[in-house]
Amino acid sequence: MKALVSVKRVVDYNVRIQVKPDGSGVVTEGVKFSVNPFDEIAMEEAVRLKEKGKITEIIAVTIGGAKCEETLRTALAFGADRAVHVKEEGEIQPLTAAQALAAVFKKEGAQLFLLGKQAIDDDANQTGQMVAALLDLPQATFASKVELQDGKATVTREVDAGLETLEIDLPAIITADLRLNEPRYLKLPDIMKAKKKPIEAVSLADLGVTAIAGLKATKTAAPPKRSKGIVVKTVDELIAALKGKGLI
Amino acid sequence: MSKILIIGQQADGKLSSSIAKVVTAAKLVGGDIEVAVFAKDGSSAAAEAAKLDGVTKVLQIDRPENDHGLAAVLAPQVVELAKKGYTHVFAPGTTFGKDLLPRVAAKLGVQQVSDVMAVHGPTSFERPIYAGNAIVTVEAPAAPAVVATIRLASFSAVGSSGSAPVEKTSIDVALPTHTRFIKLEAQKSERPELQSATRVVSGGRALGSSENFKVIYDLADKLKAGVGASRAAVDSGYVPNDMQVGQTGKIIAPELYFAIGISGAIQHLAGIKDARTIVAINKDAEAPIFEVADFGLVADLFTAVPEMTSKL
Repeated sequence: MKALVSVKRVVDYNVRIQVKPDGSGVVTEGVKFSVNPFDEIAMEEAVRLKEKGKITEIIAVTIGGAKCEETLRTALAFGADRAVHVKEEGEIQPLTAAQALAAVFKKEGAQLFLLGKQAIDDDANQTGQMVAALLDLPQATFASKVELQDGKATVTREVDAGLETLEIDLPAIITADLRLNEPRYLKLPDIMKAKKKPIEAVSLADLGVTAIAGLKATKTAAPPKRSKGIVVKTVDELIAALKGKGLI
Repeated sequence: MSKILIIGQQADGKLSSSIAKVVTAAKLVGGDIEVAVFAKDGSSAAAEAAKLDGVTKVLQIDRPENDHGLAAVLAPQVVELAKKGYTHVFAPGTTFGKDLLPRVAAKLGVQQVSDVMAVHGPTSFERPIYAGNAIVTVEAPAAPAVVATIRLASFSAVGSSGSAPVEKTSIDVALPTHTRFIKLEAQKSERPELQSATRVVSGGRALGSSENFKVIYDLADKLKAGVGASRAAVDSGYVPNDMQVGQTGKIIAPELYFAIGISGAIQHLAGIKDARTIVAINKDAEAPIFEVADFGLVADLFTAVPEMTSKL
């Protein structure tokens, strides 16, 4: 059984985001990029399922420019067997991404699509659900536990009310939440091995996808700045200050 | 004029408190505001929705399959309903709304606006990106409809002195059987849930061990607060990772937040940006957390926190 895992190249979570002075976006030049942490969790889960013998092949996929090859190499180092690079230099919004990913999923005849619940750049939290909609397949979002058995997946989901368990028929789309697993540290031999694994390049047109008119960003601004508050010297002062503000 | 459809999230026949906030966002768009309640028996949830100020009509769609609010089951019904002249489809930014609405948007062929935090006009919205480290204003295409989830921390709830009519209706679409609800285990903790708590006390790496986290729990219990932790504390194994506050953990907006023994890494600050008041207790006067704290106390947490707990 094949599993597809999508990985997105995003600004590293430790980078302090700077908004461009002209309001046209955030500064992405000269900052560190990494694999979206939630996608890394999805990849780790696929590798674990393969180690358990539930999956036979893992295909990593990404959408983006030339630099995204790095992202795919990381996925290959985790344990993906091969990769598909949907080459597109322009901005891709979730619905277009979902159309491309749905096309790759179908073309590969995969049974399971694992991806992060959201990317930490646009924080849209849409792509997995949209792939499921476009393919009319089951979805289990915010997964914290996944078990595969007899053409079905039992998935525990982190919902506001607690932990919800769903049973879904395969093929299906599962999005990873933080607690699904802890991704392994990549070892040098795996990173070296990944360099030799194949990456297939395709375009949106090859997949029959034309980007839809999405949202138009008209302005990007920094959030209102928190001003530095006051430093108190003792616990008593702190309690008095909080009481004074009616906070305790 | 706008005609707004709000997905009236419910559980066990009770309307989610998030809907009163979504109505506030809808009122800023203006126009007719209709709430659709999908349930096994939505009578009481629909009656609650009918009272919300600004709601013009409530649609009650009862069907046994709607019992657990599964996205795959609700989406085809919402899509059918949305085609009936609605200009906007709104859902709360809860896990329910986040799960369901992109499935609806994809079926309608529109790009969703996630996490609306301000409404500038019928098609112009502000939303956070990079965990709230930047705010982007987006213009959404008006046709076929604007599909958006509403960020609950950004809107207050409307009152409930209204009396909109409730209309029972059915939507004739085939529903998939590929997704089955098994169970829901509700949070058992006696402490307030981290994401909705009005007060949160978090501990960081400086706690040093899971045993030492007791000082955090003690203060939290005194304040009736939820308990969180920094990524460093979670990575060190002091607490389970569902307590992590930050960009890759939970993003919270309590009235009062205590960061104790937390240095204030960017990843953590991204999760507490919207906290009304931040209190920091840390031994290191140079810790970045003091840059954003409303009240800072430079002290050893192991003496200051128990002292605070005993004096409250």
